[in-house]
Amino acid sequence: MTPPTPTTSGATVSAQTSARDGVLRVDGEVIAIRRAGAYHHLTIVAPGVAELARPGQFAALAVGGPTTGNLLRRSFSIHKVSPSGTYGGTLDLVIAAKGPGTQWLTELRAHDAVDVVAPLGRAFPLPTEPVPCILVGGGYGSAPLFWLAEVLRERGCPVEMVLGAGSEDRLFGVVEARRAADGVTVTTDDGSAGHRGWVSDVLPEVFRRTGAPVAYACGPMGMLQSVTRVAAEHGAVAQVAVEEAMACGVGVCMTCVMPVRDKAGVTKMVRSCVEGPVFRGDRVRWEAFHDGVCGVPADAVGAPQAGGH
Amino acid sequence: MAGSPRVDLSVPIGAGRVLPNPVMTASGCAANGRELHRFFDVSQLGAFVTKTVMMEPRSGRGTPRMAETASGMLNSIGLQGPGIRAFVEQDLPWLKSVGARVLVSIAGNTAGEFADVARVLADSDAFDCVVGVEVNISCPNVANRGLVFACDPLSSAKVIALVREQLPRDVPMFAKLTPDVTDIVSIADAAVKAGATGLTMINTLLGMVIDTDTLRPHLGGITGGLSGPSIRPVAVRALWQVTQAMRAGRFQTVPLIGVGGVRTGRDALELIAAGATMVQVGTATFNDPTAPQRVIGELETAVAAHGVDCVTGLVGIAHDRMVIP
Ligand SMILES: Cc1cc2nc3c(=O)[nH]c(=O)nc-3n(C[C@H](O)[C@H](O)[C@H](O)COP(=O)(O)OP(=O)(O)OC[C@H]3O[C@@H](n4cnc5c(N)ncnc54)[C@H](O)[C@@H]3O)c2cc1C
Ligand SMILES: Cc1cc2nc3c(=O)[nH]c(=O)nc-3n(C[C@H](O)[C@H](O)[C@H](O)COP(=O)(O)O)c2cc1C
Ligand code: FES
Repeated sequence: MTPPTPTTSGATVSAQTSARDGVLRVDGEVIAIRRAGAYHHLTIVAPGVAELARPGQFAALAVGGPTTGNLLRRSFSIHKVSPSGTYGGTLDLVIAAKGPGTQWLTELRAHDAVDVVAPLGRAFPLPTEPVPCILVGGGYGSAPLFWLAEVLRERGCPVEMVLGAGSEDRLFGVVEARRAADGVTVTTDDGSAGHRGWVSDVLPEVFRRTGAPVAYACGPMGMLQSVTRVAAEHGAVAQVAVEEAMACGVGVCMTCVMPVRDKAGVTKMVRSCVEGPVFRGDRVRWEAFHDGVCGVPADAVGAPQAGGH
Repeated sequence: MAGSPRVDLSVPIGAGRVLPNPVMTASGCAANGRELHRFFDVSQLGAFVTKTVMMEPRSGRGTPRMAETASGMLNSIGLQGPGIRAFVEQDLPWLKSVGARVLVSIAGNTAGEFADVARVLADSDAFDCVVGVEVNISCPNVANRGLVFACDPLSSAKVIALVREQLPRDVPMFAKLTPDVTDIVSIADAAVKAGATGLTMINTLLGMVIDTDTLRPHLGGITGGLSGPSIRPVAVRALWQVTQAMRAGRFQTVPLIGVGGVRTGRDALELIAAGATMVQVGTATFNDPTAPQRVIGELETAVAAHGVDCVTGLVGIAHDRMVIP
């Protein structure tokens, strides 16, 4: 077996064949943690991840240290990566403290160790032509969009951003958006910043003005559903990054499934950690989701039959 | 590996077959191999245990399918899977291609379906990579009001006998038991007498979590299976009781596979000392995708620390070490 590769920061990497398989488990090290409104912005030394990662992919972090009782990994969109910093490759995440795992992560300090598996999942597919694109972020869901904007603009795509949140402190990256995009619209539910209301209130105007054939979105499920609907009303495709509860993040536990149609229109319960988190919005069976619970549509492959299992 | 202790980790799985080490994945905690192979070579494992497969494709249950609990988790997947035909066409040949030894986990809604699944498996082209079959009888029997097969000695025996007929004699067959019974020894006894050449213990324990914000059941399936380090004492107890019964001659002695809460080599050694010849690593894989491979090395160190040179020397050793004042 190959011994773990030591790096300049002391972080170690273990992987079978990294380049071919595109994912690493890394003993990372926090080098910076700072507040960003209601969130924490972490920069982690994770050698090798930057070279493999693309916008829309995520990282799964172990929490609580090696003897913790919180066994399950926590997943976060990759905000940005930098391949060759002073420290040898970093990864940035934006984390909202919620339960015990995210609390632990947001209490980390510079030089603390953190176990990272990344990059995971399917990235945002990019247009082949230099078409205008709309990027929609809800709350911390905007985290992966700035890096996406950069990649799109490199390909000549004009980028419009729409950022929404409950209140001003829950918006992430408004200043960065002005740099990363050609136009920015902000909404908050309480009107504390930008337009009062939801992103879906302002989206029709943005579609009309830009004529964008594609929208990329990341945020709460309800928002992704409305972005998909508004995009369809304007003849556009929505590529949405979903958030479903995940236990492993690497495709082995089957907890993160959701009903999605394939190319042939057949609905299957697919793992959002490997076949997602990015899906074409019009393929997701939104009607199966109700208030945090998702059922199995009756026409899904292998759905429970009456009187069966 | 330079400097590591020399211990013979090889173990007999039954029917004259030997595995290079006792560590396996646990069914449903490693999918069918490709995902973990990105992190380590799955052919290094004693055996790779596949996700329980039934006759037809199954969607499984809705979500949420999991809840984290103190040192463990609750899951309610509902045996999602592609069906045995897709399994033997796509998954098994892949496992064979990377050189894995495979323990295939099967189930059915009825005793007859278990046998049908076993027949398709035994007839498949890649069957030569199969080192054994694990019969997951810890699932509901549709013909018996959904009562779990492994909760009833007669239903357990029927499934085992029917599957045995479909498998070649030289293929070891393990019955996987649930700890949610009053007397696990009587179920073990029934399974062995019906032809099981080994037993896997334990499957998950039935549990439930209520979300205290919404005050409703957390899981879409309402109840779910509890797994992880929190259930390890239950696995140790089950292995202990069944080993004791076999030692007392209540039924024939067969190899046991211990599963439940193994996270480290020391945890694996605990199950071995209780009576397990082999050990599976399940939920710990979600914490560390390299856990099954890591446990092999840690177990080697832990065995060497006891001054023995082969792991089989420690199987059931705790039964011989009781201090009787
Ligand atoms: C692809 C993806 C990208 C994400 N990106 C971000 C991000 O950039 N920033 C951010 O703050 N959060 C993000 N999340 C949500 C984040 O994963 C959860 O908030 C976090 O796992 C909750 O952990 P906890 O310890 O606070 O809560 P707990 O409720 O204690 O978590 C218990 C278990 O449930 C799982 N879980 C609970 N809620 C969620 C959820 N909403 N999504 C996934 N798993 C959950 C946890 O992984 C853990 O296994 C993302 C989720 C996914 C799936
Ligand atoms: C998400 C999940 C899915 C599982 N699926 C199966 C399964 O399909 N068949 C089976 O026999 N056991 C299944 N199990 C049970 C495990 O194989 C194992 O018996 C149990 O989890 C205890 O071991 P652990 O504590 O190491 O996880 C599953 C467990 C989990 C956590
Ligand atoms: S989170 Fe485990 S399979 Fe997706």
